[in-house]
Amino acid sequence: MSIQVRNLQKRFGDFTALANVSLDFPAGELVALLGPSGCGKTTLLRIIAGLEQADSGQVLLEGADASDTHVRERQVGFVFQHYALFRHMTVFDNVAFGLRMRPRSTRPDEATIRRKVMELLELVQLAWLADRFPAQLSGGQRQRIALARALAVEPRVLLLDEPFGALDAQVRKELRRWLRKLHDELHITSIFVTHDQEEALEVADRVVLMDHGKVEQVGSPEQVYNQPATPFVYGFLGSVNRIHGQFDAGHVRVGDDRLPHSPASHNDIRHGSDVQAFVRPHELDIVTDTDSRAGIAARVDRVLRFGSSARVELDGVDSLSGQRFEVELPDSRLYALDLQAGQNVRLLPTRLAVFESNPGLPGGKTA
Amino acid sequence: MSGLSRHSVLPGFGLSLGYTLVYLSLIVLLPLAAVFAKTMSLSFVEFWAIVTEPRVLASYRLSFGTSLLAALINTVFGLLLAWALVRYSFPGKKLVDALVDLPFALPTAVAGIALTALYAPNGWLGQFIQGDLGIKVAFTPLGILVALVFIGLPFVVRTVQPILEDLDSEFEEAAASLGASRWQTIRYVVLPVLLPALLTGFALAFARAVGEYGSVIFIAGNIPMVSEITPLMIITKLEQYNYAGATAIAVVMLLLSFLMLLLVNGLQAWTARRTGRNR
Repeated sequence: MSIQVRNLQKRFGDFTALANVSLDFPAGELVALLGPSGCGKTTLLRIIAGLEQADSGQVLLEGADASDTHVRERQVGFVFQHYALFRHMTVFDNVAFGLRMRPRSTRPDEATIRRKVMELLELVQLAWLADRFPAQLSGGQRQRIALARALAVEPRVLLLDEPFGALDAQVRKELRRWLRKLHDELHITSIFVTHDQEEALEVADRVVLMDHGKVEQVGSPEQVYNQPATPFVYGFLGSVNRIHGQFDAGHVRVGDDRLPHSPASHNDIRHGSDVQAFVRPHELDIVTDTDSRAGIAARVDRVLRFGSSARVELDGVDSLSGQRFEVELPDSRLYALDLQAGQNVRLLPTRLAVFESNPGLPGGKTA
Repeated sequence: MSGLSRHSVLPGFGLSLGYTLVYLSLIVLLPLAAVFAKTMSLSFVEFWAIVTEPRVLASYRLSFGTSLLAALINTVFGLLLAWALVRYSFPGKKLVDALVDLPFALPTAVAGIALTALYAPNGWLGQFIQGDLGIKVAFTPLGILVALVFIGLPFVVRTVQPILEDLDSEFEEAAASLGASRWQTIRYVVLPVLLPALLTGFALAFARAVGEYGSVIFIAGNIPMVSEITPLMIITKLEQYNYAGATAIAVVMLLLSFLMLLLVNGLQAWTARRTGRNR
């Protein structure tokens, strides 16, 4: 089932959780709502579920306005970060809960319920735990039971609020893959909230990036990672070097240095205005010839040599002193350069993304 | 015995166990034993005659009946009060929270006089209740019930409150998202979690009510066969220097109270087993 939200606004006192959010969630997709804590992603999910009311705006389920329907009638499966399993019921009773609470006229008989619950427990591979109580399960098992419980009522959409947030790294990774596989089997429209970029990029069909109650970018994991639409997305996804400068025709002025960029893609930026330029670590090259005027000057601080590529950490000099740079190089290239700590070098970007500095934007979030 | 001699970080297991046993014996067991010992000075026939006197029988009915009713009322309304205190915020919430403890803190005689003044036929409330509604509160079993409800109020509130604070509203949201109605959510999700605490609160309120003397004695009016509570019967015997008779009634009270608490504890163990807490 498709979900649309139109012009959603939500405030909690002085805090704006959602500022005019409109989004489309096509049927059958697994979408991640990604952003830092307090960005409004959980509020959006709870409004879609009907657990929270928007101040204004609409939620459309399959094209029909559901803004005024109670969570009970929306037929959404909701999975909570801390599982919210009923601790006085066995695993079996937890999963059967939704079916047993149906009005008598539509309630299946106990044998049907039993069959259905066992099917779901098979699906989450935990049938052998049917008679246990939630307190006797591990975190990962509890979350899978919570998912089975949500699926028991045959929901039209599945909403997951930080489903792996309370689990340790190993289990997280495993459950992530498992959720993706489950979604490929069931094809139920699903939205999950996360603040973990790796999780969002790895699991979702599409990623919605949010910050301060606004949608920053919507796209496939490749799109949002390779073509970030805003400075926020650049800073939030992956590590990046942020350089402040002035915009000029053909280049960005940084102190006395100039960084070339492709002007065609930035023709909406006024000349002379303050800009921030973003370069990923693997898009920077190091040049040891300090007489060259290309790129910007920097001093090598540390060389970290492990994994398939090496990392070099550098300090800015002159007008950029205090700034840190991070460069990722293939091992072979690093060997050829033979860098020493304290050596003066120049950094040459192979690709530069330039955004006009917005004074209202909190800066310095370089990862 | 390996369970008893397990090594722990802090020493002194033997000392603290010994202290606990001696202390409990001196404070609790010894007086109870004295009551039984004193009763032994009566023959069984004498004992039976005293404890089955019509006036005494009427007092058991009154004491245990009103206590049971008061504890039930407190269980229902204590739960509501705890719910309001935990789930909602309103101006003066801290004050209301503090007020709940007042029946604990107030000397029982003060409570008794205050209630009597309030509910007496010419009192603030009494004149309207009796004059306009025709219901007599003071000097009737109804008055006793009012006093017992008053002194039993904090027990249920204070036992249920922490459990409610632990009960995240997520559970109710989960139930609602699974299609449960409000009533079903309360019946199948909230109440089962609160049941052990409710039982504890009920038992405490009940035990307190059975033993209550000071606050009841003024408002009860102490009319033989109608509004005499069992503790009063003990006092009456004492005032007649009939110590053995007083302890005989005390023994009956003790046994009945003990039986009630045993029942409640059994219920608690049963609910705990049913919810998997003991596994």
